[in-house]
Amino acid sequence: MTILANILVVFFISVGLLFIVVAALGLIRLPDLYTRAHAASKSSTLGVMCILLGVFFHFWLKEDHFNPSILLGVLFLFITGPVGAHIMTRSSYLAGVKAWPGTVRDDLKEEIETMKKEQGIK
Amino acid sequence: MSFQILLNLFLAFLWMFLSSNYSVSRFIIGYLLGLLAILAMRRFFNSRLYIDRVWAIIKLVVLFIKELILANISVLVLVLKPKLEMQPAFFKYNTELTEEWEITLLSSLITLTPGTVVVHVSNDSKSLFIHVIDSNDIDATIDSIRNSFEKAILEVSRT
Repeated sequence: MTILANILVVFFISVGLLFIVVAALGLIRLPDLYTRAHAASKSSTLGVMCILLGVFFHFWLKEDHFNPSILLGVLFLFITGPVGAHIMTRSSYLAGVKAWPGTVRDDLKEEIETMKKEQGIK
Repeated sequence: MSFQILLNLFLAFLWMFLSSNYSVSRFIIGYLLGLLAILAMRRFFNSRLYIDRVWAIIKLVVLFIKELILANISVLVLVLKPKLEMQPAFFKYNTELTEEWEITLLSSLITLTPGTVVVHVSNDSKSLFIHVIDSNDIDATIDSIRNSFEKAILEVSRT
């Protein structure tokens, strides 16, 4: 039983660590803000969630301390991670951050231009 | 939906009072019996059974977790590839969803699917603008995935 608990804890924490390392590498390697947002939003969300789950299982199975606030933390991360990525990419597009030259298609440009015209910005 | 849940709770309390035994196990038994009664009387409700909708929500959560894991694996492969060969694109997606909470849910689901991030929701909230990290092979498959998401959300919100 303790072996099983150990395996569970070690599995969750190492998977979380792997995904956080991948998020950090993605931030360095990927060419522009929008592609970096992919790495940052997905990998760090799942990575932190996995580490929190590992901590939760450690305290629950080995120290007999059931701590639901960790689960609430997982839930809040789940809700706020994608919204944060959305807000950051949107505000940087509105501020005029250029996409990578390899970007193939851009449907968003006209939409933003008409929106700015309607609201009388520049 | 909320009316049915309240009715079910009320029936459970009624069962506790009938047997004058106020324990959790009595409450659970009463709840299950009340569920049976509601199931038998489903003809008299205007909306569908709430159990149905709870099941749809559970399916949506499972889909969410599965997509999150798949998205992470695809990002892992993309980042660790020795050569960066991707074709990012912004594209427009017209949605059928009307309620604001549905659109919020759909955009967070899309943000957590493999290779897509929602950048902008148009002012009439009829279309989403999505940044996709690799447009050549993903475009078709993403459409199918998003159709499954939209279907799952409609399944939850259907009355």
